[in-house]
Amino acid sequence: MTTRANRYDAVRMNREMLSSMSPPTWRWYLLAAVLGAVVAFGLYAFTVQVTTGMGVTGINRPVMWGIYIISFVFWVGLSHSGTMVSAILRLSKASWRRPILRGAEAMTVFSISVAGLFPLIHLGRNWIFYYLLPYPNQRGLWPNFRSPLLFDMVAINTYIIGSTIFLYIGLLPDLAVVRDCSSGWKKKIYAILAMGWRGSAEQWQVFSRGSTLLACLIIPVAVSVHSIVAWDFAVTLVPGWHSTIFAPYFVIGAITSGVAAVITLMIVIRKLFKLEEFLQPVHFDNMAKLLLAVCLLWSYFYFSEVFTTWYAHKPIEWEIFSFMSSRYGIMLLIMMLGNTIVPIIGLCFRQVRRSLPALLVITLLVNLAMFIERFLIVVPSLSHKNIPFIWGSYTPSWVELAIMVASFALFFLLYTLFAKFFPILAITDVREQEEVLLGSQQNGRTRLETLVKEE
Amino acid sequence: MNIETSEFHWGMVIDLDRCTGCGACVTACQAENNIPISEQDGIANGRNLHWIRIERYWEGEFPHVRARFLPMLCQHCDDAPCEPVCPVYASYHNPEGLNGQVYNRCVGTRYCANNCPYAVRVFNFFNPKWPKPLEQQLSPDVTVRSRGVMEKCSFCIQRIRRGKEQASLENRKLLDGEVMPACAQTCPPQAIIFGDLNDPDSRVSKLARSPRRFRLFEDLGTEPSVIYLKGGGHDHPG
Repeated sequence: MTTRANRYDAVRMNREMLSSMSPPTWRWYLLAAVLGAVVAFGLYAFTVQVTTGMGVTGINRPVMWGIYIISFVFWVGLSHSGTMVSAILRLSKASWRRPILRGAEAMTVFSISVAGLFPLIHLGRNWIFYYLLPYPNQRGLWPNFRSPLLFDMVAINTYIIGSTIFLYIGLLPDLAVVRDCSSGWKKKIYAILAMGWRGSAEQWQVFSRGSTLLACLIIPVAVSVHSIVAWDFAVTLVPGWHSTIFAPYFVIGAITSGVAAVITLMIVIRKLFKLEEFLQPVHFDNMAKLLLAVCLLWSYFYFSEVFTTWYAHKPIEWEIFSFMSSRYGIMLLIMMLGNTIVPIIGLCFRQVRRSLPALLVITLLVNLAMFIERFLIVVPSLSHKNIPFIWGSYTPSWVELAIMVASFALFFLLYTLFAKFFPILAITDVREQEEVLLGSQQNGRTRLETLVKEE
Repeated sequence: MNIETSEFHWGMVIDLDRCTGCGACVTACQAENNIPISEQDGIANGRNLHWIRIERYWEGEFPHVRARFLPMLCQHCDDAPCEPVCPVYASYHNPEGLNGQVYNRCVGTRYCANNCPYAVRVFNFFNPKWPKPLEQQLSPDVTVRSRGVMEKCSFCIQRIRRGKEQASLENRKLLDGEVMPACAQTCPPQAIIFGDLNDPDSRVSKLARSPRRFRLFEDLGTEPSVIYLKGGGHDHPG
């Protein structure tokens, strides 16, 4: 079935899509160096915190949790980009997902890894973080499995392992392509990583069954991870946190920031790798519709939460919202603009959904607003808890801000390194689509896709 | 959650009508429990480490204004919200109804402090410091806590231990009023009474049955062991 012309095409496509792995230019080194410097500064700030004490942060009584927990929730939310979006798109057979698949999955792995650092940074005595692990020890103690922090540790580790497997399985055929295109010691390394992939019919069969299965399995994991993060707050007695709506509300929040991040990623990848023919306006239109839907859902959840609290007007709970609007009014405004007003009004228009600059602005604004949303969940509730005598507020210190900025730099650094050493475009997936299109047949108004695979 | 294998259930009664807000309990507690001295800006930033504090509330508008004092310390809840959330069992329930804090286990997640409705848990933001010569008066019975761990009122557990040891040496039962935390011992108007709630004839049990009794945030179901008295009446046996 495969013609000579097609095979030539495949070679050209391999070369084109592996261009991201060509030896780095000075620009790449400069970018990596700048990111590395920011990470190093964050490490310095962390050293200051460890050697001096948590007092160098803005944490106080009553606000015992601050930027670290906020960043943790933010990064866990962002990690819902890849697995959720790519798994959903895979299961719903949206074939335009293919070029962004790898990028989104890598985003998941790196953001959940960055997220996993924050609970450790946040500990008062980081050097004994392993007390949280269930291992046989001289203290004769297991960790307390009733604690939501233990649920967290299990959920985050499951998600890191699950999403890494998800990414890695998808990488296998592409690693084989890289192996075949490289030489010397590189070839040896990629040969090990490709785990003997030969592209036989049997391997493909196992591969496609495995990836569909993983896509099904990773969705409940993703939902449970963010529910558990929500329960860190919801199971407490803290007014404003103790709310049954939190788990689904957090999951929707996570999907909102995940979808927005995937759109941002699509724009960047399209620009960097000149994928105009793969990522067409209609794909952005679809993703923007999805973002519109989740923004509507998010707004609905937020409204339900505030409306019921406002109507009941229990002083202890309403105090949180009145404090929030007086002390953090500007942040509240940015959150409402970024999560509700701008995306919901903007994305109703087809021109906006198909305009890349507009989408870039909206998706970045959504993620900024989602960061603020987490701040407004964590801080006001703790500031004005049950006892008015020790009401307080919270402003992050330079140490916390440095570590937060470093976490973004670390994420981008890991991402840049990944894109240099691994195929960031899902080569085989894109080629499969090309070949599907070649072999597809017009039948009335529908186009029947026929799968042709090279042996 | 409150399976108690001991004969004791320690409890405290605080008579708000007697409290003058003098703050002697705060000072006594600081000296007894090796609590570091906080600087002025540390206190302003919410970094003070007092295990007991006098909350002062103003009632009415000037000039018809009245101060109300509420001594606040760990309530040693029978169903304590701080306990289940601790991932390392640093906050645990002791057989005598005390809410214990094991400093060596604490990794400093500060979750317990968030979940405490009374906000009585304090965190060591820095290593402890005492201006000279106060470092000379540290009690050898009490651990000095390092940075990064949580702490809070222990009902002077070291005094309880001492009292029980003394009683068992002398082969007798612990007497009512024999064990007294520093705050109760020092309180000039004797507003703080400490004792065994399991003994129906102890002074603390009798006062705890007073019609003037109430506990803080009883609607939260935390079952505190600290009982406050308020609202006049003459049933204080003095």
